[in-house]
Amino acid sequence: MVSKDNNNKKSEIDVGYVAKLARLALTADEIKRLGKQLNDILGYIGKLNNVDTAKVQPTSHVLPLKNVERTDKVVPSLRIEETLKNAPLKENSFFKVPKVIE
Amino acid sequence: MDYTDYYKLTCSEIQKLYRENKASPEQVVDSYLKRIEAVDGKLNAFVKLNRESIDKQLKDLKEKKEKPLYGIPVVIKDNICVRDEETTCASAILKGFKPPYDAAVIERLREAGAILLGKANMDEFAFGSSCETSCYGPTKNPWDLDRIPGGSSGGSAAAVSADEACLGLGSDTGGSIRQPAALCGVVGLKPTYGRVSRYGLIAFASSLDQIGPITKDVRDAALLLNVIGGHDPRDSTSVNAPKPDYTKSLINDIKGLKVAVPKEYFVGGIDKEVSLYIGEAIKTLGSLGAKIGEVSLPHTDYAVSAYYIIAPAEASSNLARFDGVQYGLRSKAAKDSLLEMYNRTRAEGFGSEAKRRVILGTYVLSSGYYDAYYLKALKVRTKIKEDLEAVFKEYDCIVTPTSPTPAFKIGEKKEDPLSMYLSDIFTIPVNLAGIPAISVPCGFTKNGLPVGLQILGKPFDEETLFKAAYAYEQNTEWHKRRPSL
Repeated sequence: MVSKDNNNKKSEIDVGYVAKLARLALTADEIKRLGKQLNDILGYIGKLNNVDTAKVQPTSHVLPLKNVERTDKVVPSLRIEETLKNAPLKENSFFKVPKVIE
Repeated sequence: MDYTDYYKLTCSEIQKLYRENKASPEQVVDSYLKRIEAVDGKLNAFVKLNRESIDKQLKDLKEKKEKPLYGIPVVIKDNICVRDEETTCASAILKGFKPPYDAAVIERLREAGAILLGKANMDEFAFGSSCETSCYGPTKNPWDLDRIPGGSSGGSAAAVSADEACLGLGSDTGGSIRQPAALCGVVGLKPTYGRVSRYGLIAFASSLDQIGPITKDVRDAALLLNVIGGHDPRDSTSVNAPKPDYTKSLINDIKGLKVAVPKEYFVGGIDKEVSLYIGEAIKTLGSLGAKIGEVSLPHTDYAVSAYYIIAPAEASSNLARFDGVQYGLRSKAAKDSLLEMYNRTRAEGFGSEAKRRVILGTYVLSSGYYDAYYLKALKVRTKIKEDLEAVFKEYDCIVTPTSPTPAFKIGEKKEDPLSMYLSDIFTIPVNLAGIPAISVPCGFTKNGLPVGLQILGKPFDEETLFKAAYAYEQNTEWHKRRPSL
């Protein structure tokens, strides 16, 4: 079992808080259901603590690629009207969104 | 053969008819459209048919007679961008989205003369193993309409299995090509990470995703990988390695091929009939001259755990782009605040599995939990990769079941996400290690459900997979069975 401080106490996920971080409005029902399901999943995932990884390097990517560079050359890109074609709301050549600053 | 029966043929069989001037692309496409009309109401494999563009595609074929996929009808998973054709990832949040450009694989298919029939159903954003999380409703398994086709590329696999398309494209992040291919009785290949460009594939987990073929036989998979594989500078993880002609690997000779059988794949939870058929398949490979040896992949049991940290972490980051600004849905409920607009749009647009993964991924990346979960998972990923590398020092390939069970019933695991996640137990290590693997039909249960054999290979050695899979296929009859619909 995994917890924040790596003891045997199971960590309870605070779904409401995480949903705020994830920009996701959840209902009270969803928070309750997800909390139970995610705690089950995290309980299962906790078995990773049985693997000794003290001297192991993390693999974030399988390929031995480092910086992939290309020539700094101007190539054609999408036209403004193509870029805006799918926007739910637009004005002139801009995406339109609700007010950001109060 | 009457032209209305052309839908039953493989790609190489249709190509032979074209070479002998016995069939035209118009006839072949018409045969497929009639087949789709006849059976897709039962299956729900297609989410969109390219009715308007098919005529134009056929007209544009004139100059392409010598091209490798001239006049071959293909179905495309709905997470691959096709210019001006609705592409939604089977999610309500992308309803109506028409990409302004083609994915790299689509450019290559068009150039090769393929006909894009339409888009295939899938689990929402490829999150799932059953095709049940689609906003269009589930796809049915052509072998038993009460069962799931597998996922997430369930629509592509069901369409190819039911002869609604000659070739299919899927994407595979944790088994999403191989598992539905196995459960629908067709061939599915996940290429090496970096072999096929991801440009225009709507990202799920960028370090794991790979596009690949779903086909009726091994030769067709080689023909399709020949077209879609290769370097593309627009995907910086696409590898600039030489691309062989994969049809050259289709030789019915595996004498001396060193085949490993990992003991961890044959314990607990595996269906008896699946186990039986995999055992038979291993015997067949042995009788063809392959040298079989038992090996250990000691960290197998941790793969699902590592995956369900890494994949949701990457997904939560990739899905941040769906915020109601540039494309897709915008909630009408919040007009006054940008933050509320984000929160509501995502709440209305994402289905329950997408929400689950966004929350899980955000959690394992959040301050205070990153090291305990995400970093730990990346280290275990290293161990899983090293296990496989050690085996490949002595063996040419590894064989396992593709899925621990045949297709399960629709609804059976929908409310139990953990049990759904565990159905990917045999396919996930391949994605974590970035290696290629193929699934081929290797039996049918008493209930008539297909069983798949998975063959794993070294990075960029799809040739050995094709060789082993082709030899197996040439000496068995499983791939010739088709569901009756």
